[in-house]
Amino acid sequence: MAKMNMLQAINNALDLAMAKDDSVLCFGEDVGHFGGVFRATSKLQEKYGRERCFNTPLTEQGIAGFANGMAAQGMKPVAEIQFADYIFPAFDQIVNETAKFRYRSGNEFNVGGLVFRTPYGGGIAGGHYHSQSPEAYFAHTPGLQVIVPRDPYQAKGLLLAAINSPDPVIFFEPKRLYRASVGEVPEAYYELPIGKAEVVQEGSDLTLLAWGAQMEIVQKAADMASEKDGISCEIIDLRSILPWDVDTVVESVLKTGRLVINHEAPLTGGFAGEIAATIQQQCFLHLESPIERVCGLDVPYPLALEKEYIADHLKTYEAIVRSMNF
Amino acid sequence: MTNPNNATNTTVHSAEFISGHALSIPTLRLLKDDGTLYDGAQEPELDKATALKMYDTMVFTRVLDERMLAAQRQGRISFYMQCLGEEAAIVGSAAALDDKDMIMAQYREQGALRYRGFSLEQFMNQLFSNEKDLGKGRQMPVHYGSKDIYYMTVSSPLGTQIPQASGYAYAQRLRGLSNVTLCYFGEGAASEGDFHAGLNMAAVHKAPVLFFCRNNGYAISTPANEQFVGDGIACRGVGYGIKTMRVDGADILAVYQATKMAREQALASNEPILLESMAYRLGAHSSSDDPSGYRSKEEEDEWRKNDPISRFRLWLINKGWLDDAADTEQTSQLRQEILDALKVAEKVAKPGIEHMITDVYAEPTQQLQQQLNELKAHIKKYPDAYPVTAGRID
Repeated sequence: MAKMNMLQAINNALDLAMAKDDSVLCFGEDVGHFGGVFRATSKLQEKYGRERCFNTPLTEQGIAGFANGMAAQGMKPVAEIQFADYIFPAFDQIVNETAKFRYRSGNEFNVGGLVFRTPYGGGIAGGHYHSQSPEAYFAHTPGLQVIVPRDPYQAKGLLLAAINSPDPVIFFEPKRLYRASVGEVPEAYYELPIGKAEVVQEGSDLTLLAWGAQMEIVQKAADMASEKDGISCEIIDLRSILPWDVDTVVESVLKTGRLVINHEAPLTGGFAGEIAATIQQQCFLHLESPIERVCGLDVPYPLALEKEYIADHLKTYEAIVRSMNF
Repeated sequence: MTNPNNATNTTVHSAEFISGHALSIPTLRLLKDDGTLYDGAQEPELDKATALKMYDTMVFTRVLDERMLAAQRQGRISFYMQCLGEEAAIVGSAAALDDKDMIMAQYREQGALRYRGFSLEQFMNQLFSNEKDLGKGRQMPVHYGSKDIYYMTVSSPLGTQIPQASGYAYAQRLRGLSNVTLCYFGEGAASEGDFHAGLNMAAVHKAPVLFFCRNNGYAISTPANEQFVGDGIACRGVGYGIKTMRVDGADILAVYQATKMAREQALASNEPILLESMAYRLGAHSSSDDPSGYRSKEEEDEWRKNDPISRFRLWLINKGWLDDAADTEQTSQLRQEILDALKVAEKVAKPGIEHMITDVYAEPTQQLQQQLNELKAHIKKYPDAYPVTAGRID
C-alpha cells in the first residue's frame, strides 16, 4: 500500500497497464513529454517512448477517430480528452462509431480495447466549459461503458478494468478530487468490477445514491442527517453509469423504502431520471415517499454563482428530511 | 527548420497575398479513350492474369449494380447504391494493394470487395440482410465488411473512417507490419471535419495510409463547385505536408500505377499519401435519388463517352488478351449467375431474434437479456404481427 492522490493513482494504473501490455498507448493534447495538463500521464513518454505516449494535434474528433482505428487494429488506446466539456466534437466518433463498431459489423470488427479518459465536474471555478458532467449524454448510447470513480483506490482499479474490458469505455475523472482525494492504494495490479455499484455505508431509513465527486457531498449530508435527526442513510456509489447496477439499488430501496439521488449535472435528462423511473417501476409497493433528485439547475454551469448552483450537502440534507417527513 | 512555428522563415518586405489558386495540380492519364497509350506514357507492369482479374471485377461490379438496382425498384431490397462510372478508380486502386492491406471504404467501392474475393453469395446475403449476412442483418444494404479480406465494415456517417484509417495505419506501423491502410471517400465527405482531422493526424504521426478521394463531381445534388472553391481536394494534401497525386479515375492504368507508387512510398517512409481520382458519378446517388432534378441529360451523356470499362476493354483487346465474343458470352452468363444467387439469398431466413442483443457488448448485459425476454414474450402473444420471428422463438 502507498499513499496516493487520484492523479498518482491514475498515473500508476497507466504505468502498470503499459508495462504489462505493449498494445496499450496513451495520447491526447499535451499528454506527451509534458505529461498532461493535470499530469496524469507524467513520465510515461520517458518510460515507454514517443510512439506509445504522445501529443496529438488539437482535434478531439481526430483523437477519437484515431483511437477507433487503432483499437480496430487490436491496440488498446487510452485517449485523453483534456476536459469532458470538449468531448462534444468527438461525439459523432464516439456515439456513431465507437459504440456501434461491434454491433454493426456482426462482430467482424470491434474497438473493445478503447478507453477515453476525461476530467469532468465542477467546484473549481471552471465556468461553462471546465465544469460539465456529460455522463447522461453517453448513458443513452448502447455499446459504451461509462465509469466514474470516487477516490484514488477506485480510480486505479476501475481504470485498469476499463483498459482490460472487451468493450469501449468512457472514464470520467472527478478533477475536483485529483489532488484533494488522497488514500491508500495497493501498488500491485488490481481491478474493480465494471457494472457493480458499491454500498459504502449501510443504513436502514433511506438510500442515498451518487457517483464521483458527489460521494463526498452525500456522505456529508448523511452525517448531518444522522447527527441532527438520527436518520440512518444507506449510501451507494453507483460507479458504473452504463451498464448500471439495478439490483444493488433495488435491494437497498426495498429495504429502506426511500431514495435520494444526487448528481452534478442538470436535472432534466440527467441520469437520476433513468434511475428514478427504474426504481419506481421495480419498488413501487415499497416506496414510502417520492424519489428525490438533487441535481444541478437546468442552466449552463455558472461561474459567479457556482456555490448556489451545486447540488451540495445542504440541498441533499433537505431532500433527505423531505423524504423522511413525507 | 528550428523555429517553433514550424513554418518557413523567409521574409518579404512588400505586402502580397499568395493566390488561393497558386497550386494547380495536373491529372495523370496514361490511357486514351481508344485504348492506346498517350505518347511518353509508361505502361504499368501488369501481367495478363491480373489485368483480366481487374477487368472481370469491373464487369462484375457493373452487372451487379444493374441487377440490384432493378431488384430495389421491384421492392426486393430496401436500398441500393451503384458504382457506375467509378469502377476503374476502385478496382485499379484495390489491385495495387497487398491482400492484407486494410481497406476502409465509404460505400461506393464494391469493386474493391470483389477484387479481394468477397463472393457473390456474400454480396447477396448482405443486400438481403438474411441470417447468413456477416453483419447479421443489422445495417442497410451496401454496408459491407469482412475481417477475412481486411475490409472494414462500412458505416453511413461520412468521413468518420478517415481519422480511423490514420489510427489503423499507425497501429500497423507500430506492430511492424509491412501493410498500409487505404481509405476511400468522396469529395463531399472531404468537407467534413474528420477529413481535416484524419489527414493532419496521419501526417504528424507518420501513418502509412493512402487517402483515396473519389471526386465524382457530386455529393447527392450538390455539385463540386458548391462544395469548395480550391483546386479540388488534391491541393489540400500539400497544405498538410502530404505527398499528393491527381489521377484520371476512368483510366485504370493511371489509377493502378499511382496507387502502386503511393503504397511503396508510404511504406518506405511511413507517411500518408493523398490520391484524388477524377471520374463522374454516372448513376444516381442512390436508389432514393433522381439526378434529373439537378443535372442535365447532356452532361451525363457527355461523361458516358468516358466509360472506364470500355477504355480498359479496348486496351485488353489491343493486347490480344481479351476476345470480344467470349467476353460478351461471359457477361451474359454472369447476369444469369447473379439472378440465380439473388433468388437463393432472398429465400434465406432473417437473423434470429437473439441477434437483436448480441454484439452490442462482447457479452449481453443483464438488462439487454431482460429486454429480449420481454420481447419474446410479447411476440408470442401477438405472433401475427411479427411473422418473421414468431414461429422461431423457443
